[in-house]
Amino acid sequence: MNGFWLVVGRDLALARRQGGESGLALLFFVLGTVLFPLGIGPETQMLARAGAGLLWIMALLAVLLSLERLFQTDFEDGSLDLLIMAPLAASLTVLAKCLAHWLATGLPMVVTAPLLAIMLAMDPAGLGALTLAMLLATPTLSLIGAIGAALTVGARRGGVLLTLLVLPLYIPVLIFGAGAVEASVAGPGAKGHFMILGALLLMAATLAPPAAAAALRHALE
Amino acid sequence: MLEARDLTCVRAERVVFAGLGFRLSAGEALLVTGPNGSGKSSLLRLLAGLLPRAAGQVLWHGTAIDDDLAAYRTGVHYLGHLDAAKPALTVAQNLAFWAGLHGVAAERVMPALASFGLDGLASLPARFLSAGQRRRLALARLAAIPASLWLLDEPTIALDRENVRASEAAIARHRAQGGLAVVSSNVAIALPDAHGLDLADFAGRGIAWPDDEAVP
Repeated sequence: MNGFWLVVGRDLALARRQGGESGLALLFFVLGTVLFPLGIGPETQMLARAGAGLLWIMALLAVLLSLERLFQTDFEDGSLDLLIMAPLAASLTVLAKCLAHWLATGLPMVVTAPLLAIMLAMDPAGLGALTLAMLLATPTLSLIGAIGAALTVGARRGGVLLTLLVLPLYIPVLIFGAGAVEASVAGPGAKGHFMILGALLLMAATLAPPAAAAALRHALE
Repeated sequence: MLEARDLTCVRAERVVFAGLGFRLSAGEALLVTGPNGSGKSSLLRLLAGLLPRAAGQVLWHGTAIDDDLAAYRTGVHYLGHLDAAKPALTVAQNLAFWAGLHGVAAERVMPALASFGLDGLASLPARFLSAGQRRRLALARLAAIPASLWLLDEPTIALDRENVRASEAAIARHRAQGGLAVVSSNVAIALPDAHGLDLADFAGRGIAWPDDEAVP
């Protein structure tokens, strides 16, 4: 288990030192969201209605933006060979890299989302639901994305392919994530949405690492 | 003991080599030579279990490596063309990560760096290393982490004369302790009493699947 935390630590250190990538995803998330009121007009009613959906779509895209590098640098510099050969099981290595990816990109977005929601004039009653839903769903985005990142590692123009592969798989997260905010603002409560988002997270956490590990092994052949 | 039987490697539907076999006992080394594209790197990746075999078997102490690939790999060092150095981490951090991943105590990191003359650069980010220094960092991994089988792909590439000797000494020490080494090299490298394997002798003959053979 020690090896697991070593991989998490290394990826976080790399994310921090190389600065750019994870910070860029957050900046993209913020800037993109800020553009919407400029594009569709500042009427608070319209923004409040569309706000949750906008935030979720921007979150999906921001995560996608950062996914391409998840395994690519390790593949290019030969680290992936050694990671696959190391005593730590490959699926645990993938899980560790996903955790580090989420801590570096997902978590900052969870923290920023309520602020952006206020800017979009979202009903304050929905802020808690938004944060909780994001907290449950962003790790799922990293995990599902890892499958796409592993499948496209080593491919030229992998980024576009990655987007096409992964975006359809993000649809359930989008539906229940945006739905959770809607439901808690409208009244009936979003317990059901949270449970489904939690179930999606558990499913992704168990299925995505072995799938991505298999794809990585194949990429090294 | 490492034994390869009737190995065949197919890349992009071309037979790279076929019918290759050898047997290495404790303390022995195999020097793999051959023209470019003859499959030296493929052979080493195949022995590391990173590349699938089209045919044949690799036996480690008499059991097929596929039976327990994870257990086999814990005793194997694979040094490929790439040096697996993270530019943003320091020299010591780079090596300490791999050492930690293999459960090796952190105290072994500095002596291993010193054996390839990198102790003075330990706190330098790896992005400032030259190609030869990065190679030495990769070689220091061999010194830090114990493993009984070394698979070295052109280990001395980019090294200066002094460090070529240091790596030869490291391989000799490893063999003296009963370790095995498979080394591919087209430049001169001193491996006393090493078995030779010229891949030109096992070159494949054209495409893998002749037309008259029905292969899905």
